[in-house]
Amino acid sequence: MEEKALDTQWPLWEVFVQHKTGQPHEHAGSVHAPDEEIALQNARDVYSRRGEAVSIWVVPANLITASSPSDSGPFFDPSNDKIYRHPQFYKVPRGVKNL
Amino acid sequence: MAAQDKNNKDIFEYLLRLADDRLIIGHRLSEWCGHGPIVEEDIALANIALDCIGQATNLLKLAGEVEGEGRGEDDLAYFREAIDFRNLIMAELPKGDFAFTIARQFLYSAYSYLLLPKLAESKYEPLAAQAAKGLKENQYHLRHSSEWILRLGDGTQESHQRVQTALDDLWMYTGEMFEHDDLEQQLVKEGITVKSVELKPEWKKMVSDIISQATLKLPASDIYMMSGGRRGRHSEHLGHLLSEMQILARSFPDAKW
Repeated sequence: MEEKALDTQWPLWEVFVQHKTGQPHEHAGSVHAPDEEIALQNARDVYSRRGEAVSIWVVPANLITASSPSDSGPFFDPSNDKIYRHPQFYKVPRGVKNL
Repeated sequence: MAAQDKNNKDIFEYLLRLADDRLIIGHRLSEWCGHGPIVEEDIALANIALDCIGQATNLLKLAGEVEGEGRGEDDLAYFREAIDFRNLIMAELPKGDFAFTIARQFLYSAYSYLLLPKLAESKYEPLAAQAAKGLKENQYHLRHSSEWILRLGDGTQESHQRVQTALDDLWMYTGEMFEHDDLEQQLVKEGITVKSVELKPEWKKMVSDIISQATLKLPASDIYMMSGGRRGRHSEHLGHLLSEMQILARSFPDAKW
């Protein structure tokens, strides 16, 4: 039997699994697959084989736009300097209901 | 009493057919474990193998109870000879290349897809319950193999050629799925099963729809059809399969792991 090593990998898909109706889809991991239907099947086999899922999304990994690690300073830090951005900054007046 | 014995013998025999198909095809699928073309597909085939072997386990357990001679599912799986197995010859053929495994799974899953809903209405309730349990698994097996037939058939020249060859080679083994014999006739009369030959037109339609969508050719239907599996007359491949499948249980009886 001729078994050649694969010189090309199938495209990568990110897998999001919903565990219960109404809950958010959470990132579970990734699979390789030639197209979206096979990606779904593979995701089902790899991430929900014991019935942990009610719904699965697969997304081509190259379509995800991500923030870069080097950005993390300018991107996320400023909010910590500004205490008024946090809810604890505000005192709730005594008479306010239904907040 | 004698009539009851005869009836139990018929049911036992019929359960062996159902169980052995699944056990043997499941074993062939399990041979892909660690050898799949890509890790995701390796897992998929192992999953389907486990489904089939699981269904076989339940059916063999039931068969043992019906037989009433104290044989359990492990005794029936590991301590019978090839001549006592009742599976389709198609199930025991070596796994071949990926195209062959997929083509066999496709032809068989389509058959099982049509048979199980009928068995789920069987008057023999334990069988009806087992059949109903297997339905959803089988729908997935059919979906998995159909999608691959489409992709291999309508893929590269090589994948097209390989899956066409596989279908051509397998075709002569498909007649066995729809054989009608005295046993089936008797059980049809009792409302325990249906005439499998009546499933054939729909099976052929399902199979040929996918095959033509996949740009493949349906093999000629008037060719010679193999027969014998249901009577224990198997190809030489079953013995080799059993020697591997049964060796542990026979070398270490009652081994637990």
